[in-house]
Amino acid sequence: MLRIEYAYWLIAAFLLYTGARNLRERHGWHAAFWLVLGLLFGAGDFILKQSAAGHALPSQVAGGGVIVLALLAPRLHRKPHPENSSAEQRLQSAIRLGHRLFVPALLIPLVTLLVALFGSWLVIDGYALFAAPQMTLTGLGLACAVALFAASRVARTPMHEGVAEGRRLLDAIGWAALLPLLLAALGQVFTRSGVGTAIAAIATAFLPTGNATAALLAFALGMVLFTVIMGNAFAAFPVMMAGIGLPLLIRQHGADPAILGSMGMLCGYCGTLVTPMAADFNLVPAALLELRNPYGVIRAQAWSALWIFISTVLLMWLLVFR
Amino acid sequence: MNYWPLLGVAVIVIGFALRFNAVPVVVAAALVSGLLGGLSLPALLALLGKSFVSSRMLLLFVLTLPAIGLLERAGLREHAQRWMARMQNLTLARLLIGYLLLRQLLATVGLTGVAGPAQTVRPLLAPMGEAAAQKILPSLDQADREELRAIAAATDNVGRFFGEDVFIALGAVLLIQGFYTQHGIELSPLAIALWALPTAIAAFAIQSVRVWLYQRRLQRRAAAPRIDEAG
Repeated sequence: MLRIEYAYWLIAAFLLYTGARNLRERHGWHAAFWLVLGLLFGAGDFILKQSAAGHALPSQVAGGGVIVLALLAPRLHRKPHPENSSAEQRLQSAIRLGHRLFVPALLIPLVTLLVALFGSWLVIDGYALFAAPQMTLTGLGLACAVALFAASRVARTPMHEGVAEGRRLLDAIGWAALLPLLLAALGQVFTRSGVGTAIAAIATAFLPTGNATAALLAFALGMVLFTVIMGNAFAAFPVMMAGIGLPLLIRQHGADPAILGSMGMLCGYCGTLVTPMAADFNLVPAALLELRNPYGVIRAQAWSALWIFISTVLLMWLLVFR
Repeated sequence: MNYWPLLGVAVIVIGFALRFNAVPVVVAAALVSGLLGGLSLPALLALLGKSFVSSRMLLLFVLTLPAIGLLERAGLREHAQRWMARMQNLTLARLLIGYLLLRQLLATVGLTGVAGPAQTVRPLLAPMGEAAAQKILPSLDQADREELRAIAAATDNVGRFFGEDVFIALGAVLLIQGFYTQHGIELSPLAIALWALPTAIAAFAIQSVRVWLYQRRLQRRAAAPRIDEAG
């Protein structure tokens, strides 16, 4: 049975390979960074199982590993490696291979799609081929392997050269790849240490309670602001709902809960579009697309976020109190 | 009420504003908030380690890199650009708006992992967009190319975000329903998901208009090269 853990092990192998290559090229800090991260990925299942069984030590060691990564990250210089091929070579190859080049690239979304749609039906002798949790992501992992195989056939290049190319791209992305995981961990720490409740307490202390429109505006802006701070609308929603949405808008002013919940969440999504805290949507793509400005993607979507926010608040104001 | 954990938020804001390396800033914020929030150091380390490995799925995109690296070396981007240059009817705006629609529809049925910055934007959408822009303005410089790639990534994000909320079995809708159930209000997921539709349509219209305006800006620059040089 294919489980998401296999994809994690594949990532761990790729990270360790990147570390080993850097070690051989005597980039000590890069090597240490990727090796520590690779070890954390490889040991992830063990850590979670031990933690579930009540043994805290492995997760404490992992926490120490995270701090080591944080100390190593400023030492990594984002020096893009020189490309291994000249523009002329690539153009010649593009002319020679033509549309065949699209096939492996399209296999990534296509195989993912097929697994997501039909994965649960693939049962051989009573054994499901794909485990139900995270099936789409398991499919993505499989799709990447299939695409690498297909790419090496199309380009008539051995697969290990693909892995070497992938390592070059990973080194170019550098520490930005780590941010989404760290911010997810930070969100957990914020929740546990009571940052959310503290902000809600401040917000409600200054809130106009009598005016329904003012309360609605405070709710919508609060969703955006809180999402910008936490990097995630899911973290903002329960806090703003418990602080303003439920007691004031629904109970006192009779707002429609379905509309308020749905559109309130979408206000939060507008915050996600403009915050560096949502690194997987905003900072990682900027690194992946080799933009010099790490906030380039945020800049490109800020105006969309503003207009979508304004139209959502307007719609909410028109619909929610009917 | 203990307000001290809020200092962690301050660490983030100051760290990002001063453009320090984001990784130590985030970890420092977690340490500050956690310790001021009354967690012991061992408990905080365990929480940090456990939440870090629980979100390993966020690094899944690196698995696309070997295949994409190999294809790019074999000329994938060059071919995408040459192909776009031949397609007379496929303008920049049509390409990006078509992608936006597809991305949003896929997200609407819950297929958010199918496309994305690593899966589709870097290998396909960005080089095709660059080629489409070059058809309008042949003198595209590095800054323009970067802006264009950023717009492609932004289009991907907008499509995903404002599609996924319409899908009934995905995180957001279930979170909203779960919150209401806890507080004694019973709602069906469909009732919640339906009200994400107006914003989904608005988001599609807004992003499409912005893409179209960007294309018009390029066209104007192409029509008035002297103004461009002066500016």
